[in-house]
Amino acid sequence: MASLLQSRTPSLSFSSSLCSTPVIRPSAFLLKPRSGSRIPVVRAKIREIFMPALSSTMTEGKIVSWIKSEGDVLSKGESVVVVESDKADMDVETFYDGILAAIVVNEGETAPVGTAIGILAETEDEISEAKAKATSQSSSAPAPSAPNVEESSPAPKVDAPSPAVAAAPAPTSAPSTPGKVVATPYAKKLAKQHKVDIGKLVGTGPFGRITPEDVEKAAGITPAPKSNVAVPPAPAASAAPAAVPPKAPASFPEIPGSTVVPFTTMQAAVSKNMVESLSVPTFRVGYPIATDALDALYEKVKPKGVTMTALLAKAAAMALAQHPVVNTTCKDGKSFTYNSSINIAVAVAINGGLITPVLQDADKLDLYLLSQKWKELVEKARAKQLQPNEYNSGTFTLSNLGMFGVDRFDAILPPGQGAIMAVGASKPTVIADKDGFFSVKNKMLVNVTADHRIIYGADLAAFLQTFSKIIENPESLTM
Amino acid sequence: MQASISLSLSSSSPITRSDCTAVANAYLCTPRSLRFCGLRREVFESKSLNSFSVSTRLVSCPRDSSFKKVCAALQSNGTPSKGGFDYDLVIIGAGVGGHGAALHAVEKGLKTAILEGDVVGGTCVNRGCVPSKALLAASGRMRELQNEHHMKSFGLQVAAAGYDRQGVADHANNLASKIRSNLTSSMKALGVDILTGTGTILGPQKLKYGKGGSGDTVITAKDIIIATGSVPLVPKGIEVDGKSVITSDHALKLEFVPEWIAIVGSGYIGLEFSDVYTALGSEVTFIEALDQLMPGFDPEIGKLAQRVLINPRKIDYHTGVFASKITPAKDGKPVIIELIDAKTKEPKGTVEVDAALIATGRAPFTQGLGLENINVQTQRGFVPVDERMRVIDANGKLVPHLFCIGDANGKMMLAHAASAQGISVVEQVSGKDHVLNHLSIPAACFTHPEISMVGLTEPQAREKAEKEGFEVSITKTSFKANTKALAENEGEGLAKLIYRPDTGEILGVHIFGLHAADLIHEASNAIAMGTHIQDIKYAVHAHPTLSEVLDELFKSAKVKVNSSSPVVQPVAV
Repeated sequence: MASLLQSRTPSLSFSSSLCSTPVIRPSAFLLKPRSGSRIPVVRAKIREIFMPALSSTMTEGKIVSWIKSEGDVLSKGESVVVVESDKADMDVETFYDGILAAIVVNEGETAPVGTAIGILAETEDEISEAKAKATSQSSSAPAPSAPNVEESSPAPKVDAPSPAVAAAPAPTSAPSTPGKVVATPYAKKLAKQHKVDIGKLVGTGPFGRITPEDVEKAAGITPAPKSNVAVPPAPAASAAPAAVPPKAPASFPEIPGSTVVPFTTMQAAVSKNMVESLSVPTFRVGYPIATDALDALYEKVKPKGVTMTALLAKAAAMALAQHPVVNTTCKDGKSFTYNSSINIAVAVAINGGLITPVLQDADKLDLYLLSQKWKELVEKARAKQLQPNEYNSGTFTLSNLGMFGVDRFDAILPPGQGAIMAVGASKPTVIADKDGFFSVKNKMLVNVTADHRIIYGADLAAFLQTFSKIIENPESLTM
Repeated sequence: MQASISLSLSSSSPITRSDCTAVANAYLCTPRSLRFCGLRREVFESKSLNSFSVSTRLVSCPRDSSFKKVCAALQSNGTPSKGGFDYDLVIIGAGVGGHGAALHAVEKGLKTAILEGDVVGGTCVNRGCVPSKALLAASGRMRELQNEHHMKSFGLQVAAAGYDRQGVADHANNLASKIRSNLTSSMKALGVDILTGTGTILGPQKLKYGKGGSGDTVITAKDIIIATGSVPLVPKGIEVDGKSVITSDHALKLEFVPEWIAIVGSGYIGLEFSDVYTALGSEVTFIEALDQLMPGFDPEIGKLAQRVLINPRKIDYHTGVFASKITPAKDGKPVIIELIDAKTKEPKGTVEVDAALIATGRAPFTQGLGLENINVQTQRGFVPVDERMRVIDANGKLVPHLFCIGDANGKMMLAHAASAQGISVVEQVSGKDHVLNHLSIPAACFTHPEISMVGLTEPQAREKAEKEGFEVSITKTSFKANTKALAENEGEGLAKLIYRPDTGEILGVHIFGLHAADLIHEASNAIAMGTHIQDIKYAVHAHPTLSEVLDELFKSAKVKVNSSSPVVQPVAV
């Protein structure tokens, strides 16, 4: 009886401390005198046996077997019926003495928690009356007679999983048979759980089938906290989309009408990286750079397929070659990892996502090869065909929002790298030179975020100085 | 010991015959001859009852010259004993059954050949247990990582578990080829002749093999074992296209993961695949002809398994229905499954899904074996055999020197049963009577958690008890009381012991829970060796381990007789 929940104390004494398991004994909720609200003439002597709630998640129970049969005399504390819940089979005992006058729900049948499954009479005289009551209950739609709980809930209507078996006694509407409702197994489960009438839904899945999402939408949920326990904890679809947010956030007040769109895999990866970045102590150094010479060069090489991204990447790579410390990584918080090659990752926004294709060995390739390489990478990124080493092998990242007119911004250092450069727009600026003459020159602001465990202010400053020299005298870029 | 085992499996260099035998002996026999503290009594009494008088009827056989060369090259595999046969033993089919028999035959000094028309390893290694375990291992981890609640209870955080279908499929495929090459090299190392082609029995002790046609080679053998195995059973009306309507053969390649798949049949195969598919994100609909899911399991275990493996997952089911017609997806339509009531044959509607997996069981693969040449009639394809795996002909008489093991005889369609039957046959042909006790063969279903069993189910035991007039008792223990299971956060599980309280005999053990498939062997060994509960309950189990579930199970049994072997004298070690 209720064997699953009973833990025997193991005979090995040294293991006993871990073995206490709560044992649920169902009985208290079993019998209650009928309140008499529904059927006018009720004697308190006739009691209904209700389907007990054997676990917090139980909504209905199946009668495994009646230990007693009609006419048996019951005494308080005796087991009467075995009920199967979502968790286990349990013997259910009576709280009152009496005679089992009638069985309302037969073996193998299912009834919602709180509905009458049998009638208990106190004396033999009342048996016939009790029986009459039982027949009236079982014939005239048993479900609505459920007095207090779940009145006329449409829930069991969908009786999804076992249309063919388990005579499903409660409601006799029969949408489980051929009817043209096609719903996936999980959709049916959700519908049952959230009491959604699946017959009224319009499916949006393949071949017009009703999907779990359709049911969730109809139920208006982002799952309630309670239901989390009932539903298997396995998250939604696991295949390609639908990723689980990495850390459980604090609960925010819900604003009505909002929709929840789960992260795509890419978005989940971004989220994870961003949260991880919080563990790195970073600092930022900005530097203004005149770009007239660069702009002029760009105009010249543009027809040859060179992009500004390639120019900047090449410049950064050349500067990094002179300042290897800026190209290092701090992996364990105890050491510098000097990267053997200079791989410039460039942040690219791709519909709703962000990816960083990597220009490998950017210091060694010439500008034209680099531009060509970049073009290939962008195409691959668009087609989602980047190989992992084409987006996660960067040693330094370049992020350029200049084309949107952003004049300066602050980038977050991606995990695994030492520094990231944020490039703003190049704008005409009034400049006073050391002799006091004013002039108007194009100028852009670059802002480097770096891991201060390995890269110090002076390192960055020196790096930026070199970088600005390269940009201001860009001929070397084409060599 | 350890060294010699690895040697026998890995060495591909030619070893002399005596060496091989020694190695094989060490490998196969040592555990049997060890005695543990007197807990075990009278094991495997060798009844030297030789039921076979070796009939040395000479059969004239045309030999062709190419075959002689083959023989000459492989002298290490014994020489056929007297009688003028090419081989002492020829095994048709190099699956797990044939492999087990071949290894044992070499150990017994028989000159052995094994015929294989397809690939070494048979169903188990190539299209069955082995690749499916790889899929289950991957999907089991996937399920665990997705189970945030479970992870949280360990204090672990996992972000967005995902999988690469091809990667999972490759794992299964790689495992199969690895095991296949292991099997092949273990046989080669012992000098078993591996002959390629399908085998056909031509007459008593004579068969041919090859690709069919006139190029076939005829050989003779003192004894022949049929071990041709089985293929997936596809009932009438079901059209398998290998894409949207598939059998386990296709499913193991994991060429795609459908959003919604119907699995026809809820036995071992169906259940394991439901575990794989739901972990990989599919929804599953079971179609079962019997009134209950998981027929064949002990009802109580089945019920619990349903609560854990079916109800909380994205699975629904139709029971008591046949899939009378299944049309593969085409012309923009989904897979359509027409259902009829299993008893009344009335239509019960249709199911529309993305894919259907036919897991209705397996059919013996016995066509083309030439059974008609020796007057043997198959029964639904199965080769009829007696309890010693000797083939029975159409007149109910034993066919001398012909045995059938494994799926082809249908006694117990399990790889390890086939192997055990094979070993039993080799024992017999090498002059020692042996009858395999099938009730001691364990079976397992590798879902998460696993299900395992040995011996009788409770209804079977009660039926037997009624017939033979003895009492049956049941005792159960829960994984919830096991320290190791709780440490793993896997307290869901039950072990059930069915036994005779008067003698302490173990009739059956059924386990559902973490690593159940590994736990069952204590019980199956006890049954095989005839160990009774009152003896085994004194055996010590390491703490904390899952094996204590069984320890507790044995200790909780109430046997009316006292321990049959009082504690033996202490042994100095």
